[in-house]
Formats: sequence, structure tokens, C-alpha cells
Amino acid sequence: MIDFTRNHFELFGLPRAFAVDTDALESAYRALQHDTHPDRHAHAGDAERRAALQSSARVNEAYRTLRNPVERGRYLLALAGIDALDETDTSLPLPFLEAQLERREAADEAREAGDLPALDALVASIRAEARQREAALGVALDAGRLPEARGLVRELTFLQKVAADVEAIADALVDEAG
Amino acid sequence: MALLQIAEPDAPPVARERKRAIGIDLGTTHSLVATVRNGLPVVLADDDGRPLVPSVVRYRGDGVDVGYAAVAQQSRDPENTIVSVKRMMGRGLADLDDDRRFPYQFVDAPGMVRIATRAGIKSPVEVSADILRVLKARGEAQLGGPIDAAVVTVPAYFDDAQRQATKDAARLAGLPVLRLLNEPTAAAVAYGLDNASRGTFAVFDLGGGTFDISILRLTRGVFEVLATNGDAALGGDDFDHRVFCWIIEDAKLPPLSPADARLLLGKAREAKEMLTGHAEAPIVATLSTGQKIHATLTAETFTAITRTLVQKTLGPVRRALRDARLAPADIDGVVLVGGATRMREIRRTVAEFFGQPPLTNLNPDEVVALGAAVQANALAGNRAEGDDWLLLDVIPLSLGVETMGGLVEKIIPRNATIPIARAQEFTTFKDGQTAMAIHVVQGEREKVSDVRSLARFELRGIPPMAAGAARIRVTYNVDADGLLSVTAREEASGIEASIAVKPSYGLSDDEVARMLQDANAHAADDARARALAEAQVEADQLLEVTRAALAADGDLLDATERAALDAALRMLAAARGTGDADALRSALDAANRASGTLAQRRMDRGVQRALAGKSIDQVV
Repeated sequence: MIDFTRNHFELFGLPRAFAVDTDALESAYRALQHDTHPDRHAHAGDAERRAALQSSARVNEAYRTLRNPVERGRYLLALAGIDALDETDTSLPLPFLEAQLERREAADEAREAGDLPALDALVASIRAEARQREAALGVALDAGRLPEARGLVRELTFLQKVAADVEAIADALVDEAG
Repeated sequence: MALLQIAEPDAPPVARERKRAIGIDLGTTHSLVATVRNGLPVVLADDDGRPLVPSVVRYRGDGVDVGYAAVAQQSRDPENTIVSVKRMMGRGLADLDDDRRFPYQFVDAPGMVRIATRAGIKSPVEVSADILRVLKARGEAQLGGPIDAAVVTVPAYFDDAQRQATKDAARLAGLPVLRLLNEPTAAAVAYGLDNASRGTFAVFDLGGGTFDISILRLTRGVFEVLATNGDAALGGDDFDHRVFCWIIEDAKLPPLSPADARLLLGKAREAKEMLTGHAEAPIVATLSTGQKIHATLTAETFTAITRTLVQKTLGPVRRALRDARLAPADIDGVVLVGGATRMREIRRTVAEFFGQPPLTNLNPDEVVALGAAVQANALAGNRAEGDDWLLLDVIPLSLGVETMGGLVEKIIPRNATIPIARAQEFTTFKDGQTAMAIHVVQGEREKVSDVRSLARFELRGIPPMAAGAARIRVTYNVDADGLLSVTAREEASGIEASIAVKPSYGLSDDEVARMLQDANAHAADDARARALAEAQVEADQLLEVTRAALAADGDLLDATERAALDAALRMLAAARGTGDADALRSALDAANRASGTLAQRRMDRGVQRALAGKSIDQVV
């Protein structure tokens, strides 16, 4: 099926770099799923079906990783031997954390006030900041400034969590209104 | 029946190696079976030309009625006539939001609720299997022999427990299920292949008891689900129930007997259906007390009493779009599926939300079964030239494990494309600890108490070491059906920790085995010859695949393991030639087992996702 010793970039025939040709990634992904997906091996024996399942899962995992800029950055760091989300060091810059705390407070206030547009605006501002940091992550990785890239991945991961939390608050508000 | 069988003018005179494949839509209110004939999916109707089988099962003293025969008796025998059993699949009594709505004697069993009938205590799995048997028999009768391949559809938003229950029911009915297919995805297949579409589509599927929304992208023969959401307990039934409550209020009725309640629910449904084409619907009934009901339900009243239900569909729609990172305007087409989407208010609301009229050119009752038939046909190997499409579906709800303080740590996020595997490393918490417990849950909330418990796993046989020294890698696999399995091994020693699975829901394997024995005591022989042929093909494939795997990754096995695997392969090659199906099957099983270690390690080598070591608080 597929060669499990290859890294995600090799699997899709892409250069190991932060910038990814999305069209090339998508078409390589579809071609690999055409070969590996369990539905293509539905009437095969147990061993082949198991191999298909494992290969297809690996292809999905690789695609998911490379498609998302933060996951991709984290993966490039992992290939360089750096675990960006190592739990023994969870430090983040204090100003960054303070800014996120303020966002959470703003989200709570908007929830109290039933202010859905404010929550949507908050999510939009988090996403805009994330896009800036993603660009910076690409620059840092390409320049080999790995400690800086590691910091950015951690911040971006945190931003994703904050955005998800604010969205959950907005959801709860919409459901209550419905 | 005979007429249907000769209605195949294009069939080649010589029977070719064509598999009998069926797609089944196992619905809350009705079910269908479809197949592909002459390249086109068709629903199989009964002798009277009726395509639907009402999902109603009546247990008589001396047998079972399914479908219209059961419907005919339901208001006379409501306690033994099971309707909407799909709502109970994989659910405990506490999960049924209003169990008084049903006239049954529920028995609260661990995991899944049971129903006391005059034919004994029935699990929802057994009741569903009775429906599936009827559909299977219809397929066999019209395709002229045993079914080779079946696809059964499930709501996209069904969780692991509900999917497993459905698969158990199919097993119980003796159906060779190649795939559980998500209903909106099945509908997209029927639509997409029919209209040769490409673009981004929303499938809005409001069935009798479940609501799904799926966002799909169609590109060059790939149906890729981007996101799915829904409500596994919202459907046309709920609209009927609102009308039912309105009748009671309007006529100021005292509490009703089960038979009268069933009668009025039927009237409520008829009135709802009438309103799709009329401005008002009369409701006329005579209760067992002699009281006469005479009411008129107007479209305005209906809209008013069901407004909150219609609005309830929009939350999941918004969430699915958000997960797909799309806005309503990005959607190229909206497909309506499920009989409940005939309601005018639903059509209006969907059109307004997406800013375009929905597509309705396929019968919303049949489209899921048609798509399932197309997929079953392809999986069975009956693909025609150009039939080169692929379905990529997602897991609807996040999978996680319980961590310190009763919180959930997500392992596999919702809307991840399946199949998917994720590994997680744990360490021991105490010196000499040889076992640990892992609690797997499914849902989006942060607290374990707010999500659904799927299973508890006990890892035993961890070699005694100092606290924190053992590294236990637990791999969670979700297959293409959306079903979870878990494996675990201790990395430092290479010892596979044994796993005792305690499903938090549903039926144990023993229970399913017992039911299977009861049900299948008669149907054993005819499959013998086929079993041998299949086993021979399987043996050839296993030999080929394993030899290739050994050539690529033989270094993953030590000398003893390698010798054992080589021996198993030799035994298999020998058994292949004997023509003894049983001997070949046991050689296959042995070889499959022997190759399992290699397969597992190849995957471990693959899954390079080392999450940081964590200890878990549930020390056994």
C-alpha cells in the first residue's frame, strides 16, 4: 500500500517546506486515497483490508497535518527533533497570555449581554491575528529560526483553543435564542 | 414478483460473475431496500408495488409482523407494536427524552433500554433485526438468491454506540454488511452521480427521528465530506407529537389509553402530511371512550406550534458550515432528504438560510436507499467502466479519554476524515503498577459527565517498573464505518497489554452471539461452497500481502516472531490446496493472528504522533 517510513511530505511528493502547493497536495491526497481507502478493498481478505485501513488512516493523518498551517509548522519542527507542545515546558509570553485573558473576559461579557455580533467580531479578530502569526511562522521556519517557530506554534495552538471557546459561547447563545 | 423478475430485458443471457448487492435505508418511520439494475439504482417494492416498509414490528404470540401488517394492528395492540425503534438504538432509558411518549413497558438494562413484549424482552437491536430480515428477504426474492453484499445507512450524527447497535442488528439479521454509510452521504451519491455535479453541496436530511446536515465537496469522482452535524433525536416524529399535543389541548382531553394515544398520533401525522399540499387539515377520530374528536388544523397553527422545531435545525447547520470554514453563500446546491423535508416551513427556512431554492428532483424518501444501493454495488465489485468514485466521510463527534478531575482530553476531533488512527502515550502512576483503566468517551463538552461514555478499557499485564518508567502506547482506530477499536502495548518491554473491553452501552459480544444462535439455527449450509472459494481468494491475498510486508519491514519482528509467522504462512499455503473450507479457515485465522504483530508495528512505526506522556488518575 504505502511506505510507512516516508514522512508526510515525501508521501505526497512535496518539498519539505512550510509553503505548500495546495492543489498538488489535494490531488496527491485523492490519488493515494483512491489506492488505499478501505472501500477500494472491500471484498479483499482480512490482511489486505487491514493494510488498507492502516494506509488510508496514515494518508488522512498526513493530509490533515499538511493542510493546516499550524499543524504543518508543528510537524516541520517535529521532523527537526523539536516537540513544540512538550508539556514539561508550557510557558507563553506574559503579554500574549494577558491579551487572551482579556478576550475571554470580553467573550463572557458578550454572553451576559446576549451580544452575538460582538462574539463574531471577537472570533474574527482572533483569526486575523492567527493569520499574521502563521505568516511569521513560515518566515521563521524557512529562515531556520526554530526556537522562534516553536514559540509561534505554541501561541497559535493557544489561539485556536481561544477561538474554539468563543465559538462555543456563541453557539450556546444561538441555541438559547432558538 | 414473477413480473419483476422477467422485467430485465437487458440482462445478458449468460449469468456473469455479478454479486447480489443491496442498499438498505433503515429509517425511524420507514425503511427501504434498493439495488442496481442495468446500471440504475431502483427501490425494490413489495408484491403490491409499495416501496416503503413501515419500521413497525408487532410481536404476536406466535410470530412477528413487520411493516404494513404491523401498522394495521398498532392502535389495537400498542404495547406489543414497536414503532420508532431507531430512537432507542444504543440508548439507555435515561437518554430517551420522553419515554412516556411511547406506550411500551421499558426495561432499564445496563447500556441499552429493552422492551417487554408478549414475545419476551426485546432489545432495540433485535427489533431492528426483524425489520432488516424483511428487507433482506425482499432483496433475496427479487435478486434470485442469497445477498452477497449490503450497505446499511445510519444518520451521520449517530455516535459509536448507535452505529455499533446498527451493525449488531445487521449481523443478527444475517446481512453481509460491507459498510455503514452515512445517510446524507448516500443521498449525495444518488444526487451527485445522477446530475454529474461538482462543487460544494449541503445535504439537509430531516428524517422521521433524526436530523443530519452534511457539507460535501464533489471533485472529479471524490465525494469529500467537509463537516457534518445534526441532532440524533429530532425528526418528523417530533412534529407529529406537537400536533398530537395540540389535539389534546384543543379538545381538552383527559389522559389517554395507549390505544387512543396511538390512534391520535396517526391522525396527527396524517394532518401534518395533508398540510404539505393544503391550507388546512381536518382531524376526525372516535376514541375508545366513545368521545368524538373533530378539529381543524390550519397551516398557520401548525407553523406556530412547530416553529421551535424548525429553528432547532439551524444550530447544527451553522456549526457544520463553521467547521467547514464556509458561509451559506459558498454552497452551490442544497439537497433535501427525508420525508419531513416535504413540510413547507422546512423548505422555506432552508431556502431562506442558504439564499437559494433547494434541490428536490429525487424522491426524498428514496434517495438514501438509492445511494446505498450504488455504494453496495461498487463495494461488491460490480463497478462498471467509469464508476471510479470514492467517498471520504468524517467522524461526527470527537473521541476523547477521561483525564484528571473528570475532564475530557480529545484524541480524535470531530469532522476528522475516517479512517483515522491516533496514538497516545501513558505512563504508570505508582511503583510496580501492572494495570490501568482508560475511559473512552464521545462528545464535544469538557466534562466527562456531559459526554457519552463509550467504553472502559483495562490494560493488564504491564511489566512492573518504577512509577513513570513504563510507556504505554494506546492506539485508537476509527474505521470507515465510524467504529472505534483500541489497541495498547508497553513500549519499553514490547509487551502487548491485554485489553478488557467493557462497552458502556449496548450488547456484549456474548449477547450478540446468543441472539445469533437463536436466529440463525437454520441458515448454515448453503454458504459452504461460497465460503471455500472466498477463503481461497483470501488466502492468496494474505500470502501475497504478508510476503511483501516482510520484504519491506521484516526487521520489525524478532527471530522467534519471524519463525512463527513463516510457519503460519507455510501452513496456510498447504491448507490452500486441500479444498477443506474449515481447515483453510483455521489456517487463515492463524496466519492473520500471526501477521497481526507485524501489521501493528508497521502502523506504530507509521503513526508518528507522540503525545507527551501522561499519567492517568484511574489506577486500578
